[in-house]
Amino acid sequence: MTNLLYLTGEHMVLVLIAIAISTVLGVLLGIISYWVPYLDKVILWVVDSLQTIPSLALLALLMIFFGLGNVTLIVGLVLYSLLPIVRNTYIGLTGVPPYLKDAARGMGMSKLQLMFKVELPLSFPLIFSGIKIATVTALSIAVIGVLIGSGGLGYPIYRGIQTLNFLTITLWTIPVVIMAVIFDFLMSKIEEKLVKRAK
Amino acid sequence: MIQFRNVNKSYGKKIILNNLTLDIKAGEFVILIGPSGCGKTTTLKTINRLIEPDSGEIYIDGKDITKVDPVKLRRTIGYVIQQIGLFPNMTVEQNIAIVPKLLNYKKEEIDEIVRHLLELVNMPYEENAKKYPSELSGGQQQRIGVLRALAASPPIVLMDEPFGALDPVTRDSLQEEIKKIQKKLGKTIVFVTHDMDEAIRLGDTIVFMNEGKVLQMASPEEMLQNPADPIIKSFLGKHINNENSNANLVASDFMRAKVLTVSKTKKTLECIELMSRRDVSSLIVVEEDDTYLGTVSVDKIKAQGKAGRQIAELITVEAMTVNRNSNAQQAFELLIASPTGYVIVLNDDNTVAGLITKTSMAKAMGEALWGEMTQ
Ligand SMILES: Nc1ncnc2c1ncn2[C@@H]1O[C@H](COP(=O)(O)OP(=O)(O)OP(=O)(O)O)[C@@H](O)[C@H]1O
Ligand SMILES: [Mg+2]
Repeated sequence: MTNLLYLTGEHMVLVLIAIAISTVLGVLLGIISYWVPYLDKVILWVVDSLQTIPSLALLALLMIFFGLGNVTLIVGLVLYSLLPIVRNTYIGLTGVPPYLKDAARGMGMSKLQLMFKVELPLSFPLIFSGIKIATVTALSIAVIGVLIGSGGLGYPIYRGIQTLNFLTITLWTIPVVIMAVIFDFLMSKIEEKLVKRAK
Repeated sequence: MIQFRNVNKSYGKKIILNNLTLDIKAGEFVILIGPSGCGKTTTLKTINRLIEPDSGEIYIDGKDITKVDPVKLRRTIGYVIQQIGLFPNMTVEQNIAIVPKLLNYKKEEIDEIVRHLLELVNMPYEENAKKYPSELSGGQQQRIGVLRALAASPPIVLMDEPFGALDPVTRDSLQEEIKKIQKKLGKTIVFVTHDMDEAIRLGDTIVFMNEGKVLQMASPEEMLQNPADPIIKSFLGKHINNENSNANLVASDFMRAKVLTVSKTKKTLECIELMSRRDVSSLIVVEEDDTYLGTVSVDKIKAQGKAGRQIAELITVEAMTVNRNSNAQQAFELLIASPTGYVIVLNDDNTVAGLITKTSMAKAMGEALWGEMTQ
């Protein structure tokens, strides 16, 4: 039981660290794509391509640089989570009505003030929804971290697979599913509120 | 004071502002009006440098605005747009406080400003300050949009069709409010519209633009009286139509058609008798072919007439005449100047069509205003 709680906690912490990093990086990349003409295509193409790499292959590749362990998993999860966050940030920022940008600039906001007082707050519901998608995906992908020697719920599940013990597999999968469901539910609730407030 | 000097702006081959030169006086309510796409919004946006001209200069209070940091410049110029543009993520209070905050006003000062401004448009602070824009009606939202532009007391306020999307009743009251505020605070307002009613109602000066140029710049009265171009005339629409219907009125609309005429061969005695029977003091005398000759008055006959003589020799031509198709205004002027108190209206063939007297004039005016008169 303590093992279950420990591994679940570890699993979640790994994912949350990855999501935190990915959010900062993703929003930053989203802003850069929005600000710098032509760079948007490049950045979106790169994060898009990252996601098409099979997760196992990506982790194996990263292992070459980061070795075995949690760091490799976190880096992998970060790269994997970038796409929804970058894309939603970009879509959110470009979707802010031009007249609001005009109004803000016309009142004397600098580019940064426009970004932080108007554009980001207005894009936040969409960015948040990107974070939600990333989180839920990362929770399940983190399971394969076991193959590169990281912690979390992957190990007991992997052991179950090796011993063809379906009970073990099921038992250890449940916390992953529950976490995903809870995160999805709670974050969807918040998202709804955000969207409603933005109206 | 805002001065445009030979300002040009093109997008690709398309010329938007064509050597625009324009002076806007301080404290004036100036309207920019003109057909869609004529460059009103572009003109407005060059003032706060949201758009940079390709060439030419713009001065505010004698200072070339390209020498001023655009961000700083914009904080000294209020800006109101048609889409209102309140930030949905901020409360009413936060929206109004934006520019004062950008300018680092003290918190107490900002509070004071917000309260005072809300008072100005009868939206109590307690009820409204914490609301989000989505909780307000369109009219209330645009009131806040206007207040937001006024918050840091900019001497100049730019307004781009601010009331265009509002219903007529709300628009009316907002127009009244903005005019009051402008007078009270002495702002220079540059106001874009394509509603001539609004322009006439609000403007001290109307600038009529077309194809990136100023076609006419004049007071509303002057523009109504002397529109410099057919496009302006068509824009004046119903205002000019009123004028037109006046201008279309001609002398014959004001005359009494049944008038007593006598042939010049009539004898004096007969005329005296006719006059006393009809209770008039003069008669219109015509040739045998009915063309107009002149008038003869009872006094003249009494003084000089000899019984049995034709009246032809007693005719005077002091009465004013006017062609039946001449414009009414001309007939009015003649009537007022006329020593006889009437004007004779002639057909094109110089026969007598009728008579304009002060009574016939009043009657016709009454009919124009209130329809057919019973008397
Ligand atoms: N960024 C742009 N690129 C190309 N053309 C533009 C751009 N901005 C405006 N235009 C064109 O410039 C012309 C003038 O635009 P402007 O917005 O100044 O017109 P306006 O007088 O305000 O018209 P309206 O009454 O429709 O608001 C229009 O024909 C418009 O299509
Ligand atoms: Mg416009």
